[in-house]
Amino acid sequence: METFWYIAVALMLAIYVVLDGFDFGVGIVYPVVAHDEPDRRTALAAIGPVWTANEVWLIAAGGLLFLAFPRAYAAGFSGFYLALIIVLWLLIVRGLAIELRSHLDHRLWQRFWDMAFAGSSALLAVVFGAALGNLIRGVPLNQDGYFFVPLWTDLMTGPEPGILDWYTILMGLASAAILALHGANYLAMKTVGELQRRARCVAWLGGFAVVGLVVSALAAIPYVQPAFRVQYAIHPIGYLFPGAGLAALAAALQFRRRDRDLAAFCASSLFILAMLASTAWGSYPNLLISTTDRGNSLTIANATAGTYGMQVGLWWFLIGFGLIIVYTINVHRSFWGKVRPESESSAAE
Amino acid sequence: MTSALLYDRLQFAVTATFHYLFPQLTMGLGLLLVYFRTRALTSGEEHYHHVALFWTKIFALSFAFGVVTGIPLEFQFGTNWAKFSNFAGGVIGQTLAMEGMFAFFLESSFLGILLFGERRFSRPVQWFAALMLFLGSWLSGYFILATNAWMQHPVAYTVAADGRLFVDSLSGLLTNPWLLWQYTHNMTAAVVTTSFVMAALGSFYLLSGEHAAFARTFVRTSVVAGAIASALMIFPTGHGNAKQVFEYQPIKGAAFEGLFYSERGAGLYLVGQPNMETMTIDNPLEIPRALSFLVYEDLWAKVKGLDAFPRDLWPDNLPLLYYSYHIMAGLGTILVVVMGLALVWLWRGRLFSTNWLLWLLMLSAPFPYLATTAGWMTAELGRQPWLVYGLLRTADGTSPLVHSGNALFTLLGFLGLYLLLGLLFLFLVAETVRHGPAPAEHQTAAYPSGQPI
Ligand code: HDD
Ligand code: HEM
Ligand code: HEM
Repeated sequence: METFWYIAVALMLAIYVVLDGFDFGVGIVYPVVAHDEPDRRTALAAIGPVWTANEVWLIAAGGLLFLAFPRAYAAGFSGFYLALIIVLWLLIVRGLAIELRSHLDHRLWQRFWDMAFAGSSALLAVVFGAALGNLIRGVPLNQDGYFFVPLWTDLMTGPEPGILDWYTILMGLASAAILALHGANYLAMKTVGELQRRARCVAWLGGFAVVGLVVSALAAIPYVQPAFRVQYAIHPIGYLFPGAGLAALAAALQFRRRDRDLAAFCASSLFILAMLASTAWGSYPNLLISTTDRGNSLTIANATAGTYGMQVGLWWFLIGFGLIIVYTINVHRSFWGKVRPESESSAAE
Repeated sequence: MTSALLYDRLQFAVTATFHYLFPQLTMGLGLLLVYFRTRALTSGEEHYHHVALFWTKIFALSFAFGVVTGIPLEFQFGTNWAKFSNFAGGVIGQTLAMEGMFAFFLESSFLGILLFGERRFSRPVQWFAALMLFLGSWLSGYFILATNAWMQHPVAYTVAADGRLFVDSLSGLLTNPWLLWQYTHNMTAAVVTTSFVMAALGSFYLLSGEHAAFARTFVRTSVVAGAIASALMIFPTGHGNAKQVFEYQPIKGAAFEGLFYSERGAGLYLVGQPNMETMTIDNPLEIPRALSFLVYEDLWAKVKGLDAFPRDLWPDNLPLLYYSYHIMAGLGTILVVVMGLALVWLWRGRLFSTNWLLWLLMLSAPFPYLATTAGWMTAELGRQPWLVYGLLRTADGTSPLVHSGNALFTLLGFLGLYLLLGLLFLFLVAETVRHGPAPAEHQTAAYPSGQPI
């Protein structure tokens, strides 16, 4: 039962990263690929109908973590206090940037929100990557199961780390590069013309940055978190996940070279899913690994929310999950195809 | 009170109060948009379709602000109230997660269709999207109120060996008796707010001689809806809430009524200032025996006053609680009078030319917002000193390692950010109002497709 919920929460989060990841990615590459007003509108229109629903995956994943492992929710959220509140502020700015930009037809207004959109997307991508790095590296949990990490200390991993250290920064950069690649693939799929050409070009170059960063981040894991090495040594079948991830990355680059946009986007989605699955595999059964005393780690066994709650949760979760898959497919199908706003509205203007 | 606790409480209060300014409009508009879209479909009149399009714009604005201010709330349970989350997560994790899975996905998936689909989808599909949006927003109200109702009146839980609470009946949690009046009262309040906003805008256009056809529809619809909803606020829903407070949380009831001493045949204070030194109400204006009658339907029933309870169980800010309640109930009375007058004039066919009444409608728009805020302050301040009523004190619910310096930093950050957001929202609403509802050609010119309508 606990394992089921571990998988469910991890799956929700992974789908969140794949879906919201592409609109973050669009934000990161936005200043580079969208050069004029029609381009910018097209880029925003490509994510406009779907981005709020994408963000709900994060909210729902948070809710499910709360449901299944309240102790981990409490410890994690209060422990990363400052980082999380800053994330909340950035999410506010980013949401408003997307929604409000079109409300006023004035150049400065639009430029302002363009900057806010690109800046908050890039920063959030880095922070999310760093957060994942923190989960891998571990946090200084005390005996009561709480911790508090400052934003940074001496930038070294170790028993008393900050949220930012060399490893989590590396993870943050990797995450920004991955999402940029993913977002550029999405744009290439949804647009035509110059915008599409530039998106393809960025995705191609971004692909190499991703390879470099991901390989270094993977290589660093055994130094940063020996528990991962142990887990993989015991269950070597887990190597399938990072293996599949690297294969998907190679495929993404290959499809990219041949301008197969849809296939490239699917491959970068798969790559993200596989990398997150590798992390979940290595971390299992820990939710939060302690850097001070291993015994303080929060695991799926000592952080659960009771049998009845997990069981009723199970059946309504399955219903809900079925429903949201239907909504998600339905929304994407409704807005399937290329976005060409200017030609559609030219008659009215 | 330690300063970290104070900042945590202020931060939750500020962010929740601010958030709620937006959903109350979206929930009410959700209902009225379904009405307009249905009218448009059944009568085939373009007019109603354009009315719906115009209010969808306002809906979208309010929704966007509701979403971005809602996310911080969901996460603050963990960031600032970690011990509470650890203690109660086994119960309220259920309702909060259900809200995400069943309500938020529904809303945000169908909003995209409504905002971007004017050209892509047929009218019946748009109508269906509006219906789903309404359902989603009222469901999200339901789940979040189920969470709050549980904090007011915990049910359906067991205590585990380590003292944490786990749910033991999901249906019990979702049918908490507290919810009946809380949900009906709160959702009706959302309709009240929306009616007053719509009536104010319609009156504004009528008085300034613009968009007269639209303005009449706005005023006509909102006055009928508003009159019904405002009346329902007092009876039965407000009354029902008050009775249940006296039943389950008698200290809260005594505190917000300003009843310091137990009394047979207790009176109801309409006005007056609680004096904490002398434990009396200054300048009272009192209806004799009314409180006993309202609570127990008996003029001579005994109502327990604050003196019947130990002082450390009293809410910690009594005067503010008392005023919050009196502001809500006082405004409730005023709102009924305003909408009642408007309804009579509408019925006599004179409303659209009666300027003083239009002015009154136009200027009343802020009152429901004040009333709902005051209502929430009543509910939440009155719950003190408990975070989970009778089970966990607020002081024991905070995050143990988040210190006051951090909490103050983020509190100030939220204050600054929300001040800017509030100004931005008002500015954008003013822009939308200035643009006005317009027939089709202008609509597309103002918002090229691919952008929200
Ligand atoms: C338009 C807004 C509005 C109006 C006119 C009223 N209320 Fe209200 N009231 C609310 C909006 C509201 C609210 C914001 O919706 C609350 C906060 C919590 C809740 O569920 O509803 C609330 C809560 C609330 C509570 C607290 C329940 C608790 O402690 O949990 C009581 C006792 C009342 N109401 C009673 C009344 C009475 C007797 C009214 C009539 C004179 C009245 N309300 C008018
Ligand atoms: C949107 C409407 C709401 C408003 C305006 C509101 C208002 C407030 C206020 C004023 C406080 C501060 C009370 C004090 O510190 O004395 C507070 C505290 C709190 N409320 Fe609410 N509230 C709302 C809804 C909710 C809901 C739906 C929940 C639960 C799901 C909730 C949970 C809490 C918590 C956890 C605290 C902090 C602990 C405490 O001070 O008791 N609130 N709220
Ligand atoms: C204090 C507790 C509260 C929390 C934790 C909370 C949480 C949230 C979150 C996370 C969202 C964004 C959802 C999205 O992305 O679609 C949201 C929006 C919303 N909330 Fe709240 N909320 C609270 C109070 C309330 C109350 C009291 C109500 C009404 C009874 C309410 C009704 C809504 C609605 C209808 C929306 C949809 C967006 C909108 O209409 O503005 N919320 N809330």
